[in-house]
Amino acid sequence: MNLQFVVDGLLAGSMIGLGAIGVTLTYSILRFSNFAHGDFMAWGAYATLAVVGAIGAMFGKIAPIAPLSFGWPLIAALIIGMAVTGLLALALDLVLFARLRAKGQAIIVVMASFGASMALRSLLEFIFTSRPTYFSRAIQIAMPVGFGIRITPDQIALLLLTAVLVLGVHLLMTRTQTGRSMQALSQNAALARIVGIDVAKVVRVTWLISAALACVAGVMIGILIQIRPFMGFEMLLPMFAAAILGGIGSVPGAVLGGVIIGMAEAGAVQLIGAEWRAAVSFVILMAVLFVRPVGLFGVRER
Amino acid sequence: MDLLGYGAFFLTTALIFSLVTLGLNLQWGLTGLFNVGVAGFVAIGAYTSALLTTPDDAARLGGFGLPILVGWLGAMLVGGVAAAITGIATLRLRSDYLAITTFGVAVVVQLVALNAQKLTGGPFGIGFIPRPFGGLAETPLLFNLSNLAIVFVMTLIVYLALEHLSRSPWGRVLNALREDERAAISLGKSARFYRVQAFGVGGAIMALAGALQAHFTGFIAPDNYLPALTFQVWVMLIVGGAGSNIGAVIGSILVWAIWAGSGALTSVLFSPEQQARAASLQIVAIGVMLCVILLVRPNGLFGDRPRRARFGKGAKAAPDESAAR
Repeated sequence: MNLQFVVDGLLAGSMIGLGAIGVTLTYSILRFSNFAHGDFMAWGAYATLAVVGAIGAMFGKIAPIAPLSFGWPLIAALIIGMAVTGLLALALDLVLFARLRAKGQAIIVVMASFGASMALRSLLEFIFTSRPTYFSRAIQIAMPVGFGIRITPDQIALLLLTAVLVLGVHLLMTRTQTGRSMQALSQNAALARIVGIDVAKVVRVTWLISAALACVAGVMIGILIQIRPFMGFEMLLPMFAAAILGGIGSVPGAVLGGVIIGMAEAGAVQLIGAEWRAAVSFVILMAVLFVRPVGLFGVRER
Repeated sequence: MDLLGYGAFFLTTALIFSLVTLGLNLQWGLTGLFNVGVAGFVAIGAYTSALLTTPDDAARLGGFGLPILVGWLGAMLVGGVAAAITGIATLRLRSDYLAITTFGVAVVVQLVALNAQKLTGGPFGIGFIPRPFGGLAETPLLFNLSNLAIVFVMTLIVYLALEHLSRSPWGRVLNALREDERAAISLGKSARFYRVQAFGVGGAIMALAGALQAHFTGFIAPDNYLPALTFQVWVMLIVGGAGSNIGAVIGSILVWAIWAGSGALTSVLFSPEQQARAASLQIVAIGVMLCVILLVRPNGLFGDRPRRARFGKGAKAAPDESAAR
């Protein structure tokens, strides 16, 4: 077996993990599994693509930064895209989720997210058609790094970016007052209200973090694979599986779960064939539900 | 005459949708179990029946050439067992996990349909599925009407059975579990056991609908069972009103009329190369419609009974519910 699956798995794991952080946060703090989360990824990727196009139109052709396939326009566009995706999530919460949450039926919110997911995805299909697009059509040469593993400069940059983001979210969750408020709300919502935590603010921060990370994951997929309206929806099952495997509410768990699933997928692609890739997360999900439903780092719900 | 034929064709499809919606109503409306993998269970039924009844085919497994009725029973059995296993795996956990797992079931069924060529014919699907009144195919009107008759009878049987079930002691237990789980458990009813049964029966009805559809069109392919199907069925149930069987049937006919009507409209208004885009706009409209109904009239047209979610905030008064099972 070729060791290349380690790199492939880490990359897939980064995309899944960044998405799973959002899934696990919305699940533990807002208390519903958001089926529209995958579509935040796709919207983030398309928003970034649109901004890259706009920058290209304003400043003309800009050379990419030395070994990478992209230049500063993509980096700037990614930041704007993260903001746009965050605003999209906030808007969706304002018109839909918050009102349904107020009615107090968690599962209705799940259903609404399913409807929103369908509408968001089809809207992308309407605007951009279902044809795949790319940030760059340049082909990068993969560098051999020993043990039969090859990696491109883009891949190294994106792995580093993931590491920085995960560390950042972890520090935010554990070292800042906002992060502690988020944890408090996820562990005991009633008590958190009583001690005076600003619930509305925590909800906003949760959506912003989740959506921004989803946008980064979407752009990663766009750089390494391609951009399609369905790209996020297809990530939904791996993301849910990763969030449950890691333990709902745990940020490190979501990332570790993502990496495990990414590795397993990459291994399965080598051993069984690429067409069965999507089944891997289902098998892992079922195994977790049967053996240890609270996941690796989960705590029993009180 | 053409109009009558089309009407029969339209109603046949709408009634098959009604069957799926009735199955979902048993799971969600009556029992409060959230199934996001409806398309998967419909596909299981369609493929099972197709495998059992098609003539022998060297390119794939089987084609056992069995009678159509055997195919339908087989579809119900396999669909029911698949749903029951899904239920056993997840019903002891939080309700969201059932949603996620059923979603996964649909993904995997789609994957098997697409890739297990030996079993499902892969992307090309399965053809030559025997039709109940294939002999009448030369006279389309008679053929359509006889199809409608058979689908109507099947829907009626399932409808009456479900009405009977929901009034039976069994249905009352489901109702009690939905409304107040702790009270029902304290009366000695095993919540999980009853829920697995309801989920299994619901899955069997969906599979039956899939089988009927397969024998009605004579050809099935993985593309028939995309997540959009699940979504359509959910909209039908919500429009009709969860909890009401008659609402499920009328909601299905209504939403299918809107769907088919807007489809016909887009094919008139848009040029052929824009059709795919227009079709996606159709889904956007239905998605928005679902959200609006959930916001404005969550009980739909006929569902007037008070509803309570199994877990979550609605059940927050009993926070240790999941631990108490």
